[in-house]
Amino acid sequence: MSENKNWYKKGIRDGIPIGLGYFAVAFTLGIAAAGAGFTAFQATLTSFLINASAGEFAGFTLIAAGAGYLEVAVMELVANARYLLMSCALSQKLKPDTPFIHRILIGFDVTDELFGIAVSVPGTLNPFYNYGAMTVAIPGWACGTCLGVVMGNVLPTSLVRALSVGLYGMFIAIIIPPASKSKIIALIITVSMALSFIFSRVSIFFAISPGIKTILLTVVISLAAAVFFPVKEDEADAA
Amino acid sequence: MRHNPYIYIFIMAAVTFLIRVLPLTLIRKRITNKTLRSFLYYVPYVTLAVMTFPAIIDATGSIWSGIAALAVGVVLAFYGVGLFGVAVCSCAVVFIIELIIL
Repeated sequence: MSENKNWYKKGIRDGIPIGLGYFAVAFTLGIAAAGAGFTAFQATLTSFLINASAGEFAGFTLIAAGAGYLEVAVMELVANARYLLMSCALSQKLKPDTPFIHRILIGFDVTDELFGIAVSVPGTLNPFYNYGAMTVAIPGWACGTCLGVVMGNVLPTSLVRALSVGLYGMFIAIIIPPASKSKIIALIITVSMALSFIFSRVSIFFAISPGIKTILLTVVISLAAAVFFPVKEDEADAA
Repeated sequence: MRHNPYIYIFIMAAVTFLIRVLPLTLIRKRITNKTLRSFLYYVPYVTLAVMTFPAIIDATGSIWSGIAALAVGVVLAFYGVGLFGVAVCSCAVVFIIELIIL
């Protein structure tokens, strides 16, 4: 019982930077939502239920362009498909006897950032760690969206741009410490960034959406890494 | 907007929810296949690296402020600064550099 409480508190602590980052990013999302014709309430509801930056951005943009229901559904599938992989990876972090309800609740808020902190927990994952982080992250995301709709372009763009880097800063803080201990991980991160750069700069890849690009590179690079550098049992458990 | 906003919201939420929840609820056992385990072990590092770069240099007003944010973030994270510290410093670096050069 008290163990759950401790994990919940730890989740809140690690969730605070995520919540703040979400607040800033969601602000720009709110502007996109307003552009698609959503009211503040509808946009906030969307963010509360979905909590996915790329997915919501893509959805709002399509709706603004007059897309139908099916197009929006396919777009969400593509933009969020990477969560399928993350969810698979998270299933291995949980104790096998973790109840169904905990799996659903964790699954509800699999985001890039919450996934990042959840997999970096040593050993198995206590669901209450996720709940702690979600307690801060979901309101941050929803409130940011709401303010974005209501206040539009009040914040100076220089501030919004600076804040938008915060999420990437967090990704860096997640992947660099293990890379400093393992040459293989450092190599894989370098290769990933290099290929991602090529995909975003070489024109033949422009037709591939960012969501698909992320999935494609993740599958190809992780598979190659798994074949060339299979991890030992204990190492994979600590991941 | 061509249709009912609440149906749009429902569709987006339902698709996203299923993607996120299905693997977590369907994969109840420990995967024993070594290659598959290794694959899932590497997924987070690759995904986060791919999403960070070059997006971080495209998100800012100038690629230089983005590169500086990346460099500062990597150095701080290397020396053990936590999530919040790295995130805040990256933002501060971008803000200050853009104040000077833009």
